[in-house]
Amino acid sequence: MNHSISLTVNGVRRDIELDDPRVTLLDLLRERLQLTGTKKGCDRGQCGACTILIDGRRINSCLALAVSHDGADIQTIEGVARGDQLHPLQAAFIAHDGFQCGFCTPGQIMSAIGLMNEGQAGDDPERIREGMSGNLCRCGAYSGITDAVLEVQTGLVEAKQRRSA
Amino acid sequence: MKTFEYVRPASVSDAVAAAAQPGAAYLAAGTNLLDLMKGGVSRPNRLVDVTHLPGLDRIERLADGSVRIGALVRNADLAHDAEFAKSYPAIAEALLSGASAQLRNAATVGGNLLQRTRCAYFYDTASRCNKRAPGSGCDARLGENRMHAVLGWSEACIATHPSDFCVPLAALDAVVEIEGRAGRREVALEEFHRLPGENPERDSTLEPGELIVAVRLPAAARDFAGHARYLKVRERTSYAFAVVSAAAALRIDAGKIADARLALGGVAAKPWRARAAEKLLAGHAPDATVFRRAAEAALADAKPSGDNAFKIELAQRVLVRALTLAAAGTPKRIPALPASPFSSAIGSVA
Repeated sequence: MNHSISLTVNGVRRDIELDDPRVTLLDLLRERLQLTGTKKGCDRGQCGACTILIDGRRINSCLALAVSHDGADIQTIEGVARGDQLHPLQAAFIAHDGFQCGFCTPGQIMSAIGLMNEGQAGDDPERIREGMSGNLCRCGAYSGITDAVLEVQTGLVEAKQRRSA
Repeated sequence: MKTFEYVRPASVSDAVAAAAQPGAAYLAAGTNLLDLMKGGVSRPNRLVDVTHLPGLDRIERLADGSVRIGALVRNADLAHDAEFAKSYPAIAEALLSGASAQLRNAATVGGNLLQRTRCAYFYDTASRCNKRAPGSGCDARLGENRMHAVLGWSEACIATHPSDFCVPLAALDAVVEIEGRAGRREVALEEFHRLPGENPERDSTLEPGELIVAVRLPAAARDFAGHARYLKVRERTSYAFAVVSAAAALRIDAGKIADARLALGGVAAKPWRARAAEKLLAGHAPDATVFRRAAEAALADAKPSGDNAFKIELAQRVLVRALTLAAAGTPKRIPALPASPFSSAIGSVA
């Protein structure tokens, strides 16, 4: 039995016919919508490479059935930059060598955007590390990743302090 | 993954009717169920998607002072609800010590209770497992079993329930609200999960087709807010199941423990309420001697199920430490590393 769903993906509405209820959001993005920036690492919710935002919240797209997410507003790594202008986190990952092979990077960046949206970590490196623990980096670029997220978070905290001063 | 029929009911009663047939399973976030289905461990022929049901995603304060948490409230939303976290800090800390931020954003309250009691042999379809295939045997019993149960286990199954959330819920007398074809019923969380006995394939007392609609905490659970902690020892600092964990909540009056609530995680097929230890603490000044006596009472019936005798001493030390932290007072803010013995917010390691 086919299921019709509609999603908003990076601001664009997509109407989709699913011929199989087993399709995850991850497979839908990669195989049907050709948005291959979202990576399939473990496919079991353990590595975080498939992290996307649904309604601004980070989740593992490998453990989300597409058919259950009818109406969701999805953001993937492809929707992060504005044309040639990188998102501050993308620029910070480059500046701080927050990657080596790059496979986990889209998930790391989507997770870091989710972390910022949650507003719980502030500029505390320990809270950032804890908040990013759902994203594995096999190359071990963790110190660069933490520095990149910390730089952007510190900028946000300082901007907030300036506004309230 | 075996294919399945997908149905999306519009109401709780439609959901219960749709799940009545054998082989049906409820789908909430799916963070455990989909994982098990991908591995061929769970093979439902129908998924009844409850995520779109109206009214189950609310945290309600009831007139009698209790709080009712809808089954579809996400773990992260409950932990970050400021009023909830202030009233039930050990529960918020337990939630934030579980899984990863991505999983907490998706996983629901009802789903957390219903995640499978499991071990690596349950996941490995090439192994014998009485929980996965009743009567097939238990390869964990003589296998890699240092993480397994030391309380309430049977020869049929030695797996542990992995939930952090359920540990303080058991300690604080939470009640599970259940909807079934015969109507609504309630069961104490402490009685919700089952010990394995001869039927480890059943994790809980939920009957086939029954749906969790809410978890309720009684008004008295708030009386412990000033002295309530969750402590979790794991094999890495974050994003790991407990080797052993403990929830400790005290009501201290004029320098003495008026009332205590204690439960352990990672030691049994269910969150393990330590009632004998609670009784022992009442009326005493909170100090190391009485904490140790309580911890010994809590583990009095423990026995190793394999290479895990260390857990019995570890659980006692975790209890003493959790009680010590609780007696010192709930911190103003949940530590950066929730429930961690290495957390900088709680001082040096004892």
